[in-house]
Amino acid sequence: MSGPPLHRQLGLTDDELERIREILGRDPNRTELAMYSVMWSEHCSYKSSRVHLGRLPSAGPQVVLGPGENAGVVDIGDGLGVVVRIESHNHPSFVEPYQGAATGVGGILRDILTMGARPIASFDSLRFGLPVAQPGRSDPDGDDTGTAKQRWLVHGVVSGISGYGNAVGVPTVGGEVVFDPTYAGNPLVNVMALGVMPLAHLQRATASGPGNAVLLVGASTGRDGIGGVSVLASAGFDEGEDEKRPSVQVGDPFEEKKLIEACLELFRSGLTVGAQDLGGAGLTCATSETAAGGAGGMDVTLDTVELREPGMEPFEILTSESQERMLVVVEPENVEAALGVCAKWEAPATIIGHVTGSGRLRVGRSGETVCDVPPESLAEGVSYERPMSRPDRITALASRDPHALLPRLGPGVVPGEVLRLMTSPNLSDATWIHRQYDHQLFLNTVVGPGRGDAAVLRVKDTRKAVAVALDGVGRYCRLDPHRGAALAVAEACRNVACVGAVPIAAVDCMNFGNPEKPEVMWEFSAAVDGLREACEELAVPIVGGNVSFYNETSGLDIDPTPVVGVVGLIDPLDGIPAGIGFDGYGDVVFVAGTTYDDLGGSEWAWWNHDVVCGSAPTIDWTAERAHNAFLVDVQKGGLARSVHDVSVGGVAAALCECAVAGSTGAEVELAAWAPDLTMEDALFSETSGRSVLSVPPGVAESVERLAETHGVPLHAVGVVGGDSVLGIPVSDLQEAVTPAW
Amino acid sequence: MTGLVAIPIIPGVNCEHDVAHAVRIAGGRSAFIHHTDRALPAETGAVYIPGGFAYGDYLRAGAIARFTPVVEAVARAAADGMPVLGVCNGFQVLCEAGLLPGALARNVGVRFLCQDVHVRLETAGTPASHRLKAGNVLRIPINHGEGCFTAPAEVLDLLETRNQILVRYCAADGTVDPADPVSNPNGSLRAIAGVTNPSGNVAGMMPHPERACEAILGSADGRPIVESLVHAAQSAPAPQSAGAGGR
Repeated sequence: MSGPPLHRQLGLTDDELERIREILGRDPNRTELAMYSVMWSEHCSYKSSRVHLGRLPSAGPQVVLGPGENAGVVDIGDGLGVVVRIESHNHPSFVEPYQGAATGVGGILRDILTMGARPIASFDSLRFGLPVAQPGRSDPDGDDTGTAKQRWLVHGVVSGISGYGNAVGVPTVGGEVVFDPTYAGNPLVNVMALGVMPLAHLQRATASGPGNAVLLVGASTGRDGIGGVSVLASAGFDEGEDEKRPSVQVGDPFEEKKLIEACLELFRSGLTVGAQDLGGAGLTCATSETAAGGAGGMDVTLDTVELREPGMEPFEILTSESQERMLVVVEPENVEAALGVCAKWEAPATIIGHVTGSGRLRVGRSGETVCDVPPESLAEGVSYERPMSRPDRITALASRDPHALLPRLGPGVVPGEVLRLMTSPNLSDATWIHRQYDHQLFLNTVVGPGRGDAAVLRVKDTRKAVAVALDGVGRYCRLDPHRGAALAVAEACRNVACVGAVPIAAVDCMNFGNPEKPEVMWEFSAAVDGLREACEELAVPIVGGNVSFYNETSGLDIDPTPVVGVVGLIDPLDGIPAGIGFDGYGDVVFVAGTTYDDLGGSEWAWWNHDVVCGSAPTIDWTAERAHNAFLVDVQKGGLARSVHDVSVGGVAAALCECAVAGSTGAEVELAAWAPDLTMEDALFSETSGRSVLSVPPGVAESVERLAETHGVPLHAVGVVGGDSVLGIPVSDLQEAVTPAW
Repeated sequence: MTGLVAIPIIPGVNCEHDVAHAVRIAGGRSAFIHHTDRALPAETGAVYIPGGFAYGDYLRAGAIARFTPVVEAVARAAADGMPVLGVCNGFQVLCEAGLLPGALARNVGVRFLCQDVHVRLETAGTPASHRLKAGNVLRIPINHGEGCFTAPAEVLDLLETRNQILVRYCAADGTVDPADPVSNPNGSLRAIAGVTNPSGNVAGMMPHPERACEAILGSADGRPIVESLVHAAQSAPAPQSAGAGGR
C-alpha cells in the first residue's frame, strides 16, 4: 500500500504517535490508533486552545458547574439551576447544510439532557457569506462562494434547525443571523441550548462503582459520522469538500425525542449513577471520559452494540458519530428496571459492558481484545503551546482612519444613505426564519424571536424569568480581536438588560481559522483576553464554551469570531417587558449613552461605502455598567413603551428598526444625541453602551431622573408619531428590510 | 367519578405538558395515557390529543399513530359520545383514523409556520366550543408544516350544511377570505381551521388553544376552548350534540 502512514491519514502527527507508544509501551493497534486520533483531535482535546482557556473567569457565587462539564449550571435561586451550553457545527453545515444544522441541534440538546435537565429552549447564531451583492458591486454568482450558494446554505441550515428542533420538541426561541463575505467559504452555525432543573436532580458524567452495568441507549450505530471530529472539525476546507459528506452525521429527531423521554424517566426514578451522551468521537469518547472520571476502568464488548449494517470494523463502531445515543451506568440490581423504562419509550437499550477498577479501558469483539488503554490518556488528550504572532494586517488596518475614506454627509443625503444601509442583509427582517421555528412550546416564551433584543422565558411555578441573547462581532474582531471579543460580551449583556434582565452568566463559542498559523493563534489569545476583560468588568462568569478552529477554505481564514451567549435573570417578572417597536403617539424618544466617532468596522462604512478599517468601537466599562443598570430599572418600573439597543448601523438603524417593528414613525431631530459630531458619526457610529427608548410623556421626567441617578447621559431627540422616520416613509423601510431572497 | 381529561401520549408528540398545564389553569384534571394502553381510565370525561410529531410524522402526519392501541380506545370512546379534541398533530391523527372528515396537506407556502393567526368560531355548542359564541374572533398560534385543510368540494358543502366547521382562519376583524395568504397562511380550503364529526363530540383544529391561555404569553383567547372541554369532561358523560347553536 502506498500513501502516508496510517497515523498521518488519521490526522495524528509523528510526535503524537510516539507519545501513544510511550503510554502503551508498545505499538497501538489499528483500533487504538483510530481512537487516539479522534480523542486527540483539535475538536475533542482542545489541544491548541487549552493553554489559553484557563484565563477565562469562570467563578461566581451563582456558578454551580463551570467549563469542562457537558454544560454549565447557574443557580437562579429557589433550588433551581439554569443549564446552558453552546457548540459549533460549522463544517458539517457547509458540507450538508440541512443535516449539519439538524445534528448540531440534536447534539447540544443531549448535552443539556446529560446533566439531568429537560432541554427547554435553543438559540442559533448563524453566519454566511452575502446572499445579495453589495451596492455597486458585481455579484460573484455562479462562483462557489457566490450569492446563490449562500442563499442555498441559509435555507438549508434554517430548514435543518426547523426540521429537527420542531420535531424533537424543543422550541428555537432566539438567535442572530449575520452576513459577511468572510464566511462565504466557511459558514458558522453555533447552537446554544438551555434547560431549567432542580439542582438536586443534577446528573454527573462518571462511571463509578466497579461491577455496575454500562448501557447504550437509543439509536443503533452505523457508519455515519466516522471521523467527524478529525476529518471535518479539525481541518480546513479545500477542493473536494463533497468527498467529506460521508463524515456528516444524519439526524433523526424522533429517536432523539424517545431518548429524551427515556433518559428523563431513568434519571428521575434514580435508576442511574452516571450518564454521558455520545457526540463527537462517539463511543470512544463516552466510555473513556466516564471511566476516567469515575472508577477508572471499564470493560466493553462490541458484540452487543446494535449495528445498522453488518461487517462494521471495531474502529468504525468505536468512532461512529451516529446520533441520538446515550451511555448510562446502572447498578446491577436496577438493570432490569432501567431496560423496562427504555422499552416503555421504545428507546432500544443493550448492556455493553461494566465498570471496573482496573484503570484500563478494555474493548472486546468476538472474544478478542481490540483495545486496552488507560482511559485518561484518551480523555485528557494533548495540549500545545502554539507559536503566536501579531498579524501585520491589524497594524495596517488600525493606521487608516475610516473618516478619510468616507463621504461627509449633509442633511439632504441622509434619507438616501439610511435607506441604503437598511438594505444590508444584516439589518433585514428575520421573520421568515423565526416563523419556521416552533418558538412557543412548553409555554414559557414571554418574548420570542424578533420581539425584543433578547428572548425571555418565564420559569413556571416561580416569579422568575430568564433572558438570553447571542452576539458576535466578526468585523470588529478583524480590526481588534481583543476589543471585538469584549464588545460581543458587552452587546449580549446589553441586549439582556434591554428586556430588564441582570446578566448572570455567559457561554462562548470561539470560531477561528487555522491554529497552526501564528497569526490565528495570536488572534485567539487576544480574543480570550478580551472576553476575560469584559466578563470581569460586567461580572458575568463564563460557565462553558466551545472552540472551533480550522475555519478556513483554501488557506483563507475567517475573521476571528467569538460568539457570546449571555443568560440574564428577571426576578420578579411583572408582565411582558417592553419590546422594540414604537407604539404610542406622542411618546418621547430618547437616546441613552454617549456617542463617539466610531465608524471603524461599522455597518454603514462597510455596506454603503466598502470601508473597513480603523479602530473597533469605544467601550467604557463604567458607562456600560451604568447603562445596563438603568435599562433594568426602566423595565422593572414599566416606564418605557419601547427599548432597543444601539448596535449594528448605529442610532440611524436603531430608530428605523423601532419604527418598522411598531409600524409607527417618529419626528426626530437629526443628530440631537451628538451635536458635536459630524452627521455621519452621529447617525452611524457604533459606540457601545447606548439604546433608543420611547416613553409616555407622563413618565419622561421619571426616566430622566432615573438616568441621572445612574449617571447615564439621556438625550430627548424627538416624538413618536407619523408614518416616517429620518425622512423615510416607514413603508419604504419595511420594503428595504424584507429580504427578496 | 368523572371529569378527567385524558391526554394520549403517542411517541413523538410534544405538546402533552402544555396541554396538561392549560387543563390545570382551566380548572381541570388530566392524566397522560401511554400509547400502548388499550383502554382509557374509567374516570375519563374527555380526551385532548396533543400536537407534536407522532412517530416522527415520517410516513404522513398521523398515519402510523392511528394504529396505536390508545387511538383505537379513543375511537371506541368517541363512538359512545366521549368529547374528543385533537389539536394540530392530534387533528391529523383524528383525520387519519377516520374520526374526522378531510385531510391536512402541506402548507401552500411549503414552509413550516409558527405564528399567531385569527380564527372565527363557526359552530358554538359543541363540547369544545360551548363557552363561546359563533362569530367570536380568537387570536391563537399555529405551529405546523402540514395544516392545509383539504376535502372534496361535496364534502366541504356537506360540512357547511351540517354545521361541522368549528373554526375558520380570518382577519383580525373576523373577515374570512380563503384567497388571502395573510389571514389564511396555510391555504386551507374555505379557510377551514377546524372541524367536528357529524355529532359534534369529536373536534379537531390546527391552531393551538393551549398556547393561548395566559396574557403573559401574548393571548388568552384559547382558554375558552380548553375550558369548554374541561367543563364537558366534568359534565354528565352523555355527549352534547352538535348543531345546536350553529351560526
